[in-house]
Amino acid sequence: MEDLLTNVDWTEIGWASWDTLVMVGLSLLFSVLIGLPIGVLLFLTGKRQLLEQPMAYAVLSFVVNILRSVPFIILLIVMIPVTVMIIGTSLGVAGAIPPLVAGGAPFFARLVETALREVDRGIIEATQAMGASVRQIITGALLPEALPGIIAGITVTAITLVSYAAMSGVVGGGGLGDLAIRFGYQRFQTDVMVITVALLVIFVQLLQMAGDRLVLYFSRR
Amino acid sequence: MIEFDQIQKSFQVGGRAIPALHPTSMTIETGEVFGIVGHSGAGKSTLVRLINLLERPSGGRILIDGEDVTGYDAGELRAFRRKVGMIFQHFNLLSSKTVTDNIAFPMKLAGIYSAAEIHARVEELLARVGLTDHARKYPSQLSGGQKQRVGIARALACRPTILLCDEATSALDPQTTQSVLRLLGDINRELGLTIVLITHEMDVVRRVCDRVAVMDAGEVVEMGSVTDVFLHPKHPTTRDFVFESEHIDQKEMQQDLGRAQGRILRLTFRGESTYKPLLGRVARESGVDFSILSGRIDHIKETPYGQLTLSLIGGDLDLAMTALETADVHVEVVR
Repeated sequence: MEDLLTNVDWTEIGWASWDTLVMVGLSLLFSVLIGLPIGVLLFLTGKRQLLEQPMAYAVLSFVVNILRSVPFIILLIVMIPVTVMIIGTSLGVAGAIPPLVAGGAPFFARLVETALREVDRGIIEATQAMGASVRQIITGALLPEALPGIIAGITVTAITLVSYAAMSGVVGGGGLGDLAIRFGYQRFQTDVMVITVALLVIFVQLLQMAGDRLVLYFSRR
Repeated sequence: MIEFDQIQKSFQVGGRAIPALHPTSMTIETGEVFGIVGHSGAGKSTLVRLINLLERPSGGRILIDGEDVTGYDAGELRAFRRKVGMIFQHFNLLSSKTVTDNIAFPMKLAGIYSAAEIHARVEELLARVGLTDHARKYPSQLSGGQKQRVGIARALACRPTILLCDEATSALDPQTTQSVLRLLGDINRELGLTIVLITHEMDVVRRVCDRVAVMDAGEVVEMGSVTDVFLHPKHPTTRDFVFESEHIDQKEMQQDLGRAQGRILRLTFRGESTYKPLLGRVARESGVDFSILSGRIDHIKETPYGQLTLSLIGGDLDLAMTALETADVHVEVVR
């Protein structure tokens, strides 16, 4: 065992894992905070919906699509000046968060829109018939009814962010991806590469399991 | 009282206005159970949704107790909708909320009830619809009939004066349909609630409604008391609905009548005359012989009725008809 993993510095791995956790955790938090309202707006302004607004929908949808169609590795580079403006640096864990959110939030917004569309129109109609305001329909009926779908969306977004976070190692983002590139790739330390990949796989599996359990718990259908 | 004043609705499809409801004027009285029958696409769904303005009319006015509701602003509209309960074919319960929370939902939305008031009202409604034991279940754990009872309890939560039923029994089996209709009848009687019920089954109308409007292609083609419309349908669409509900095949019936001899009369008995031993006496007195071609005895709401199709031979036919008419029987000469 010792011979097999000669290059592996476990303290380093520990810190890198922690960095990845922080990056994914914080960027997920901001992606949800920003993506959820955008997703709700996308849904509401869509065709035959409560606040149908073809122009607003087209603009919003266009911005979301642009952010989603730029490959993340490019987004990482394009975002550098913006990141420096917001955080002060484009390096390290903190510097990775703005591009991660820029990639994660529009992704999550689309998933929210889809989840809301799955809600039976009859339920919206019934809530309207009770005299609910649009805000009440969103908070009282739409979001609770779409909760399982939204949680599934959070899970998928979290997993996407794990892989994005690993990619951010390329531009000096820190975390397991950074470790894999600096040691596993640039110094040909295959054992480090294997360990970081294994850790990422385990991380993703754990996220998926937790997400599935939550979805099951909140599904009352 | 619900008054439609030249109300109309058309939908924009590909730049063209497709009329869903032609200008219609009618009045639904306070406290009555009013049925609207029609095939799908006849406009009945649109008509009922105009009452609580889930659909905006393209023209005309809707007066509820004399007040035009089409001019309400958003706040007035929300307050008005609280006074109009609605139940649906597919129940439309919130799957994420328990039975209790579903019933409490409209009261919470209203924002004018205390927690204690909501709790007491929900308990009362659960008992009313017989679901006290299911209070903590989720809709997915209930049968169709139970779900519709939750729907009814929810619709009644804010003590509405009008209850709209959108094909409320169409997804239910016959037995459950009967119990839900009985519940609606009880509610109408005990609370004096005006019920507007749309359906494609004449049988539902026969069991609970006081008056009925028959719709076809966006127009009300016949309207009147259920007994009149049901026993003496005039418009072809109405006839179709009535025959369908009595499982009568019109072609077969024509063939049967073709084979019969003599005069053919359709007799309609209403109320007490249904039970009188009349035919034998009339036959003896007038000397006519009769044979029964078809017949049915049933109820329209609580009123018993009978309808017999007879062929009559010999004797004094005029005397027989006069005798029947003086005994409060409606006589219609078929041939």
